[in-house]
Amino acid sequence: MARQEGGRVIEILVDIVLLSFLAVMAVGILRLRNLFAVVMLSGIYSLISAGLFVTMDAVDVAFTEAAVGGGISTVLMLATLALTTDKEKEPLANLQIWPLLAVFITGAALIYGTLDMPSFGDPQAPIHLHVADRYVAEGPGATGVPNIVTAVLASYRSYDTMGELTVIFTAGIGVMLLLGAGSRRRKD
Amino acid sequence: MDVLGLYNYWIVIVLMMTGFYVVISRGNLIKKVVGLNIFQTSVFILYISMGKIIGGTAPIVAPGVTVYSNPLPHVLILTAIVVGVATTALGLTLIVRIKEAFGTVEESEILQQRDDT
Repeated sequence: MARQEGGRVIEILVDIVLLSFLAVMAVGILRLRNLFAVVMLSGIYSLISAGLFVTMDAVDVAFTEAAVGGGISTVLMLATLALTTDKEKEPLANLQIWPLLAVFITGAALIYGTLDMPSFGDPQAPIHLHVADRYVAEGPGATGVPNIVTAVLASYRSYDTMGELTVIFTAGIGVMLLLGAGSRRRKD
Repeated sequence: MDVLGLYNYWIVIVLMMTGFYVVISRGNLIKKVVGLNIFQTSVFILYISMGKIIGGTAPIVAPGVTVYSNPLPHVLILTAIVVGVATTALGLTLIVRIKEAFGTVEESEILQQRDDT
């Protein structure tokens, strides 16, 4: 029992340390003006958030974030830097008053909103008391997949996943049209 | 007040607001997209935080395990990550076209050129 208690303390400690890393990195991204460094930092940011997802038991989300957020997004951004520029022009001021005001007011409202949120990891939180148990109990039997996330994604909600493919397909066509139009004009 | 229990949500808000600030205060379009990504990831962390049960395990059914974290936020966020990279790709492509058309990716210079013509 004491060992289990110790495990929970470590679980929360890892969570806190990774979250603090993310906050530091976000500030780094805000302050740096070399866009290459910014893109690299955002790749590391994605990777650390993937680690955070593992500590919060979301393994499927973690490897998708690591592959898509840390991998594909970073490659796309590097490609964009190669086609455009990797230097950011000096901003008017490092801290701008109106954006800061908007951010602080929104942030304060959101913090006020969290005050009556259920505590992190509380098994009695409203989110756990609705349908989740049914998916855990019946999912593997009904779909034959032991991984409940996969069962919901590919079986219970397979039409939604197909709709998601339509979104990616549309985005892919958009990218091809935009880039294709550019290369044709250059040849003329 | 339960500071430890709300720490996740507060960091999420800090990340969210940093991303928001990058989007509205920086003129460089690539930096705006990076800011949007920070914002997006903070929303993912918010959802996954809510699904976590202390002492639970990943929602993959195994013998001898009784407590699983909530799988439903995970499903939502998987979809969101993939849609997110699709929008990022489209946004970056638009930036490449803007660079071809205007010769710059700075918002102020683009607006300047529009005013000049």
